Amino acid sequence: MNTIYLPEPARILSIEPMTALEKLFTLELAKGQSLGHQPGQFVEVSVLGVGEAPISISSSPSRSNGTFELCVRRAGDLTGVIHQKEVGDQLGIRGPYGRGFPLEKFRGKDILFAPGGLGLAPARSVINQVLDDRGRYGRVTILYGARNPSELLFKDELKEWEERDDVELRVTVDRPDDEWTGNVGVITTLFSKASVYPRNTVAITIGPPIMYRFVLMELLGKGIPEASIWLSLERRMKCGVGKCGHCQINDLYACQSGPVFSYAEIKAVEGAL
Amino acid sequence: MSLKIIPKDAMAAFVGSLLGAYRVIGPLQKEAKFVFGPLESPDELRLDYDTSILPPKKYVLPQHETLFEFDASSFETKAVIDDQPTVILGVHTCDLHAMQLLDAVFQKTHLDQHYMARRENTILVGIECLDPCDDHSFCKSMGTLTPPTGGYDLHLTDMGDSFAVDVETEKGAWLIVHHAQARDAGDDDYARINAVMSEKWPRFPYKLDFDIGELPALMSVSQKSPLWQQLGDICLACGSCTNVCPTCYCFDVSDKVDLSLTKGHRERHWDSCQLDEFALVAGGHNFRPSRAARQRHRFFRKGKYQTDAYGLLGCVGCGRCARACLVDITPVKTFNELYRQRTGGPRN
Repeated sequence: MNTIYLPEPARILSIEPMTALEKLFTLELAKGQSLGHQPGQFVEVSVLGVGEAPISISSSPSRSNGTFELCVRRAGDLTGVIHQKEVGDQLGIRGPYGRGFPLEKFRGKDILFAPGGLGLAPARSVINQVLDDRGRYGRVTILYGARNPSELLFKDELKEWEERDDVELRVTVDRPDDEWTGNVGVITTLFSKASVYPRNTVAITIGPPIMYRFVLMELLGKGIPEASIWLSLERRMKCGVGKCGHCQINDLYACQSGPVFSYAEIKAVEGAL
Repeated sequence: MSLKIIPKDAMAAFVGSLLGAYRVIGPLQKEAKFVFGPLESPDELRLDYDTSILPPKKYVLPQHETLFEFDASSFETKAVIDDQPTVILGVHTCDLHAMQLLDAVFQKTHLDQHYMARRENTILVGIECLDPCDDHSFCKSMGTLTPPTGGYDLHLTDMGDSFAVDVETEKGAWLIVHHAQARDAGDDDYARINAVMSEKWPRFPYKLDFDIGELPALMSVSQKSPLWQQLGDICLACGSCTNVCPTCYCFDVSDKVDLSLTKGHRERHWDSCQLDEFALVAGGHNFRPSRAARQRHRFFRKGKYQTDAYGLLGCVGCGRCARACLVDITPVKTFNELYRQRTGGPRN
């Protein structure tokens, strides 16, 4: 009997170390079907005998080709074991779950991406989806902040985005090393340099809770409409199916109504931000 | 619905017959208190119990339950579904209401096959409370002193030398036809049950100072009440309140591996939003770090969120959390204090 808690096996096709803490896993469901996700959704990832945790999907549906990618930070027991896995090994997958970004609402808009740290992992899914359908959107700006150069994710893609004429990419680090020649400072220092028309801009920001406080101040301070600011909220989505209670933010289950929310939807929700 | 009569001296035969066909759960005495447990013989059944330490919830949502067994080496998984035919006898009306909420939760959007298999194979036999269990119960204020429509299969009312049996469903009718020596209620029985109901009603006090219909609205304007910090200051974060609650269903999931180190099972077990780590994520951020925030979350679930989401009560007035609390945090005092803060005093 199939149940909502049974993971499906997925085979690891490749593993790309990204930083000291993050690896990118390319996976294929063992039965061969597509994951069928939307940018911004997550899956529950299992190692049988160790446990299960929610991980955001890092690849875009436009590039799925029957596979999907998860950028996994080694942060605990489960992710520690996932990091020891090798190509050909299997992980358990449930999902995709949650509400992703409503891209149909973003058509014709200028898109401002502002991911911080590991937030680039889910943001990459929606960035590449937009870039693969570039004609439907206006200006595309990506502002990316990391703590230091060695923690920058997806360096190859950052280079590609940098080289594109139709993307404005600005990267900053809090703590530069000797070789760093780029911007220094927290992500909010980039906002004044970006050329965007706030009134026609959709902002997508994904990062740690402390970052939201300051990034939201910048975005709202530009006059970007509250309903045009989109975030993804990290919570402990233990079951992914709206039962276990762990991801509840007041009356909202992040795994059902989110994890993607507009600022307008959550600004009055105590404890959301 | 039809009304049947089972004489008390025929009850043992009824329960004995059930025991031959079902797992039968009922209120049993455990030292000075009562618990729901499996009956071995009809004379263990204590339909006169006041309240049980844990609600009968544990027979549809057990403290620990295996979701599936696995072999990690071959990635084989096998769901474990418990569909043992079960009769739960003597469920108080508060707990029947609570079960209705659980039914709604585990059916919504993603149907939970584990819960539903148990639930669909469980026959609920309620019993009418004729006296308050103790000072902590506040069922009358919550509107749970009468059973929920469609929320039981049979419902018993003690009429002295017999039980009146309200037959609500076909499953209930099946039990009566196949296991009980029952007769149809006559005019005298209706007069009797009418008298029993009329006499019991005044024995139950109203405990809330306002109408239950106002509770969700009261909660929505109480987000910033100083009361939450006061509760947080005394709360021990022990989780007793949620462990005994008939409407709590939050759970955690963990894997257990046997000595082979490859075979094992994944199980879910009750969790509590009152525990420090409940909203902790891998990066170390805790989204509900203070006891005040966690108590507020609990009372908002009871007083507002569940009603908003499912149209059903999140608290059924059973009083178990109040009995269990080591520092005397109670829903009655909490809700009444919020009402006092908004209005300046109780309604007379």
